[in-house]
Amino acid sequence: MDSISTTSNGVSEPGTAVKPRSASSSPLTLPEKPIVTIEPRNDWFPWDFRDLWHHRELLYFLTWRDLKVRYKQTALGVAWVVMQPLLLSLIFTIFLGKLARVPSDGTPYALFVFAGMLPWLFVSGSVIASGTSLVGSSNLITKVYFPRMMIPAGIVCGRLFDFVVSSFVFAGLMLYYHVTPTRNILMLPVLIVLMTVLTLSIGMWTAAVNVRFRDVGVALPVLVQLWMFTSPVVYPSTIVFSRPLAAVWRWLYMCNPMVGILDNFRAAAFGGSFNWPALLLATVITIVLFVYSSYEFRRLEATFADVI
Amino acid sequence: MKPIIRVENVGKRYRIGTRGAAYGTLRDLIAGTVQSSLRGQRNGNRSKTNTFWALQEIDFEVEPGEIVGVIGRNGAGKSTLLKLLSRVSQPTVGRIELYGRLGSLLEVGTGFHPELTGRENIYLNGAILGMKRAEIKRKFDEIVAFAEVERFIETPVKHYSSGMYLRLAFAVASQLEPEILLIDEVLAVGDATFQKKCLGKIGEVARAGRTVIFVSHNMTAVNQLCSRTIMLAGGRITAIGSTKQVVADYMSTASGGAEALWDDPLRAPGNDRLRLRAVRVISKNVSTELVDIDQAVTIEVEFWNLMSGARHICANIYLMDALGNAVLSTGNTDMANLADDDWYEEPHPAGLYRATCTLPPNFLNDGRYYVTAYLLSLGPLTVEAEAPQAISFEVFDTGVMRQPGGGTGKWAGAVRPRLPWRTVMVEPRGVSAEQNLSVPVAS
Repeated sequence: MDSISTTSNGVSEPGTAVKPRSASSSPLTLPEKPIVTIEPRNDWFPWDFRDLWHHRELLYFLTWRDLKVRYKQTALGVAWVVMQPLLLSLIFTIFLGKLARVPSDGTPYALFVFAGMLPWLFVSGSVIASGTSLVGSSNLITKVYFPRMMIPAGIVCGRLFDFVVSSFVFAGLMLYYHVTPTRNILMLPVLIVLMTVLTLSIGMWTAAVNVRFRDVGVALPVLVQLWMFTSPVVYPSTIVFSRPLAAVWRWLYMCNPMVGILDNFRAAAFGGSFNWPALLLATVITIVLFVYSSYEFRRLEATFADVI
Repeated sequence: MKPIIRVENVGKRYRIGTRGAAYGTLRDLIAGTVQSSLRGQRNGNRSKTNTFWALQEIDFEVEPGEIVGVIGRNGAGKSTLLKLLSRVSQPTVGRIELYGRLGSLLEVGTGFHPELTGRENIYLNGAILGMKRAEIKRKFDEIVAFAEVERFIETPVKHYSSGMYLRLAFAVASQLEPEILLIDEVLAVGDATFQKKCLGKIGEVARAGRTVIFVSHNMTAVNQLCSRTIMLAGGRITAIGSTKQVVADYMSTASGGAEALWDDPLRAPGNDRLRLRAVRVISKNVSTELVDIDQAVTIEVEFWNLMSGARHICANIYLMDALGNAVLSTGNTDMANLADDDWYEEPHPAGLYRATCTLPPNFLNDGRYYVTAYLLSLGPLTVEAEAPQAISFEVFDTGVMRQPGGGTGKWAGAVRPRLPWRTVMVEPRGVSAEQNLSVPVAS
């Protein structure tokens, strides 16, 4: 008796269906070139646009998740988006504006500080959240492939949404204080792009480094706090520039790209003259940071799944 | 024919030095750098980063429509291979070309967020797995129906039962329609019905002409599903070819002889509740690899119970033939036990236990059998320890069941029990009388 035929009896049904078929019966025709080639990465260009474009919907969903999750089970929901800058502005207006009499370049201090808070909360919020974003998504990173850049980018996009919502409150405050925008407002889109690229650069870098060194996540809130006070968020940059300081200190101060962004953000909103040198310097530094962090991210990305 | 997957000389190297503490802190790095520069060459463990190759010289091609199994022991490199194919991890050397869209069922439910509702998670999870929004929208109703969660679709999944959660996760994943599908041990999760559903789904995928890479410990499933199989050992391909051949190879190399013994309770298979100490085959009162077909076979499972007071510890064995087909599985739960087990119901004080199970003589067919031992705890059923193909033994045909001078060919069947047969005459009339054979239910 032959046992082979009997043992395969129970399995023959799926077994025969899977036998490799000739090309004619195969439902798919294979492309000439591989759809995906996987090899150790050694390309010099840090952006794979085709891949990013292919995963564009994922960016949308990650952004959407960030927003959904942040405001789920909060009683006030999206109201928190505007409460945060409003409350902070209120406190700073009372203590710095009214009591300490910090100058505000001729604008009502409340409006002045809100105009600083708006971009600042976007930048600081995104940077802190991106810093821990990759580590927080380790279950995704060790299971599924997608461009890892999408994770910090999703965070930044989520915060950009907050920024847009708060901007309406800002417009309301402008009306309330009878400040009419000038032609300067055309600079706003440029500044928003600059600010977003800067945030993404720092967010990507911190997120990538935090995978290897968790120190980054711990230190980040403190560093961001320091950054706030070296940026003209609650005070005008004129209190630095009006000092009889050597030029080197002014330039050093302007090396903080937030100086160029905040100064010119206010100039764009309230009218007045732009700080072109600061804007130029901020742009250059942002581009340098962006290129650098793209490379670093790309380099570290290869080991995320192994060390996270 | 043109392959859909081409893997050329692929290798993956890990640094062991960084594996224990998967992430470092800056202080470690600074301290390490300072130390090593102070001590120069003869320094401690930091600069002596040991590397090891999880995969090496992997070369194979897969044709469209094939279902290829990947087998090997733990640590053989199966998961690493899947990680490379799914682009989660990058190869250190080599090149992989994919001529089709690839999806993976490495873990269902990846990216589920507890705060989001079922509906929201379907979209999010679908996007993460690589589906387009329009595609998810089109299949939405089907997913919900498959998962049987219609009523709870607007409820956050943190309120789902684990069964609902799993069903929803699998429903989304099973809607993936890539040309190449990677599957890793999905079958290990969930209850029997769910596993059946998974297996059915894989069969369906196969019939649709898609290409599947199936990684599993379950030789029976590999045998059923795969036309070709790759065996990995120590990060290299040790066999590749027809599933029957490779599984037989694997079975013969994968298991020890008559006894598997783990002396060190810290390294034995198991967890901090239960650990296996030994699995062995006994026949004629000695531990032996050769068993006569007319002798009883006793299988002993020795285990440490480390948690005092544990009850309902189920020792379980799973018997496979040389081709990886399941022969039987049995355990000492009171419903499944023919004898009385003194300990099964009782709270077990911590200590070493031995559970034995005896297979009757003239029951197994001749040939090699492989024993996988499990320790389970009942209610809820949990696998506490597992020793896949821990031991094997050969049943030797002594000829007791054969006619003198008859053939010597192998009998069909996984078992060859000696069963009672009786013949009676039903009607005494002429030469055309019909004979009726019957097997009495009880004698």
